[in-house]
Amino acid sequence: MLPGILGKKIGMTQVYDENDVLHPVTVVQAGPCTVMQVKNTDTDGYDAVQIGFEDCKPHRSRKPQIGHAGRAGVRAKKHLREIRLPEPAGEDIRAGETYGVEALEGVEYVDIIGVSKGKGFAGVMKRHGFSGQPASHGAEKTHRSAGSIAGHASNAGLGGDIKKGKRMAGHMGVDRTTTRHHKLIGIDKENNLLLIKGPVPGAKGQVVMVRKSKTARIR
Amino acid sequence: MSDELLKKATESTRKKSVPEFSIGDTVGVAVRIVEGDKERQQVFTGTVIARKGAGVSETFTVRRIVNNEGVERVFPVHSPRIADIRVVRSAKTRRAKLYYLRDRVGKATRLKHADSKKARRPAGAPAGDERTEPAERE
Repeated sequence: MLPGILGKKIGMTQVYDENDVLHPVTVVQAGPCTVMQVKNTDTDGYDAVQIGFEDCKPHRSRKPQIGHAGRAGVRAKKHLREIRLPEPAGEDIRAGETYGVEALEGVEYVDIIGVSKGKGFAGVMKRHGFSGQPASHGAEKTHRSAGSIAGHASNAGLGGDIKKGKRMAGHMGVDRTTTRHHKLIGIDKENNLLLIKGPVPGAKGQVVMVRKSKTARIR
Repeated sequence: MSDELLKKATESTRKKSVPEFSIGDTVGVAVRIVEGDKERQQVFTGTVIARKGAGVSETFTVRRIVNNEGVERVFPVHSPRIADIRVVRSAKTRRAKLYYLRDRVGKATRLKHADSKKARRPAGAPAGDERTEPAERE
């Protein structure tokens, strides 16, 4: 079976489980995903599977895309992702095959890989969790600023350099983000929906990868 | 489109039919209580002072006075633990949320009585007006 599939974040809601407990869930419309290419150690130097999600309109796809998809015998796709495999792909993963949400059947925990929402130019409190400055006790104008960034002689010689990688304000968000071990609450095969416990990175409509959790302990 | 999919995702956990009740009604809410392997029902009776949310997340707040102390419980409309909602008495209200009842005691907490749904319908509204139908609020 495929180690993961691509899907679109639909939004959040709540569902009850069989013990009448209400769970917050993110609904992801996942698949159908097509295997575009199977890579192996002999030809590519490593084992991986490339999957595609959503057909691209013919007039919007370029010739290399069409050619690449043609090798798997399918239409060009909007989104392509590669997943590394620990061992050579089994017989059940072949180029051109299509998988839906059933690829995650029986999986208890999943990891989600997505792109986080953009936060714009963010200050150090939001971006790095700094404490900021006091709200009162004589603090003037600086309540959310970072404080000192280096000493006068921080690099031994006078003049002082600011250390590389010093955390400061700047652009935040739109990063590849992985959130791990979400419980997979439900699978709706009819509508290709996955119900994943908790919030998932990214905005609604964003493409996310859902894969069997690598780190969740099996109980 | 995404709203439709959200609805489909929660279809299995939503109740097929929810008893009709509105703000100001005095209701008896039968709650299933599981103790170990025994199960019993407890009825909480009071005035509905708010209905919030939509779809599977919809909740309503019931207020009553116990031992001279105001008690409010918030119930999810679609919770499987809620066995039954029975309307004891209906009232006519001019507010969607009756939070002002929290500042009142005794006689001041009485609401205008409404015998039928006709009385709740604003004057001059056509008979087919469904704005007061709770089912439409989803």
